[in-house]
Amino acid sequence: MTRLLHALAPFALIALLLAAWEIACRAMGVPSYFLPPPSAIAGALATDWASLLRSAWNTLSMALVALLVASVLAQALALFVGLSPILERAVRPLAVVLQVTPVVAIAPLVLIWSGLDHAGRAIVSLAAVVAFFPIFSGAVTGLKAADPDLERLFDLYGANRLQRLLRLRLPSAVPYLLEGHKVAAGLAVIGAVVAEFVAGSGGAQGLAWRILEAGNRLQTARMFAALVVLGLLGAVLHAVLEAGERAGLRWWRGR
Amino acid sequence: MSVAALSEVEVDYPRGRALGPFSLAVGEGEIVSLVGPSGCGKSTAMRLLAGLEAPSRGEVARTPGRGETAVVFQSPTLAPWLSARANAALPLELAGVGGAEAAARADRALARVGLAGAEAARPAQLSGGMAMRVSLARALVTDPRLLLLDEPFAALDEITRRALADDVLNLWAATRPAIVFVTHSVEEAVYMASRVIVMTNGPGRTVGEVEVSGPLPRPAGFRTTAAYRTQVEAVSALLAKGMAA
Repeated sequence: MTRLLHALAPFALIALLLAAWEIACRAMGVPSYFLPPPSAIAGALATDWASLLRSAWNTLSMALVALLVASVLAQALALFVGLSPILERAVRPLAVVLQVTPVVAIAPLVLIWSGLDHAGRAIVSLAAVVAFFPIFSGAVTGLKAADPDLERLFDLYGANRLQRLLRLRLPSAVPYLLEGHKVAAGLAVIGAVVAEFVAGSGGAQGLAWRILEAGNRLQTARMFAALVVLGLLGAVLHAVLEAGERAGLRWWRGR
Repeated sequence: MSVAALSEVEVDYPRGRALGPFSLAVGEGEIVSLVGPSGCGKSTAMRLLAGLEAPSRGEVARTPGRGETAVVFQSPTLAPWLSARANAALPLELAGVGGAEAAARADRALARVGLAGAEAARPAQLSGGMAMRVSLARALVTDPRLLLLDEPFAALDEITRRALADDVLNLWAATRPAIVFVTHSVEEAVYMASRVIVMTNGPGRTVGEVEVSGPLPRPAGFRTTAAYRTQVEAVSALLAKGMAA
């Protein structure tokens, strides 16, 4: 019974807030372009669902491509950097600068480089930039995270560099890589949305573009509908990634 | 003829001297215990004997070749992503022994430590004692001439410790590798070896040595014999002397 209550608590709160919102909108006669009531948003969701889903897929697929690109680049660079502490020292500050620079700030530049009529490329690049750091950081840490006594054992049996990398350092890094990819995937979606905003309507028709477009026409309910889909996309992605990380760790640990 | 010998070795770390001057010769098939307080350089001496570290001064003479020295650490130190079999086979695979042969030899080593049937289990599915047995199997898989046991039972409960102590002695009797056994426990040091070296810290050196009489492996009830108690007392006295000095 308590478990059921715990499970239902968040939904109950949401229902309560929506009800209050609906009543307040009607009672105070708030104009719909300023703040539409939940019923209007539900209406917009019902009419727009097909195009919203298409847009969600558009954003998600950009983010996933970016994640793939970031994953390959970050792990390759981490392996390269793992060859020597000097390389790591050299690369770290640059990686940090890349990480702390807001993606919005570099978006216009990337848009120019990728060509204004290739907004898709810019969006993927920007999302990849954001997704890069957690994977790189996780990989660099993970490659150094092997049990020192296992390292000694590899010394003892005269393991060569390749054996050490393939049989010790890479497998030891797996939990760090899983965590890095989980964080990176979430960031990639944020990066893609931000990049879409900057790119405007230049060809890409993701969720951010839906929000912009509806905003330009003052169709506030449709803006909210796109936001709802964006929120759901994030929540589903988060759940999938959590499950993926748990499954990955179970596979790695065998339990 | 000694398998490994340290003569007048000294090891200096940036924060000061860790060991020395210290000498120790381990004969073929002999079991030597090193006992002493924390930080007395026991583990440093082990790393020298294993050839994992070089002394700042003094000489290390080792006759075992590659793969003929094995170490068991305080924790099982298993790769969590590998099965018990693959963990035990690791030294062979690093030496380039083929997969099927390595697996067969690993299975035999696991059977020797009483883990037949657990070959496919991952470390996370094993108890502490079982994981330590896998670690022991990994050490035995190459039939080492020198087996270094660095407080291998420290993290285990008393009952498991005693069972493992007898198992190690029985395994020793089968192939007679030279064993250096590092421990904090005076009783364990006496039980496991024919010779106990008592060390003290700051920096690590020998306080004295006690020859342990009695057969190895130990017969049942050995812990209750007067000879065993006397030798434990002798080692304790040396330890106390080392701490006071």
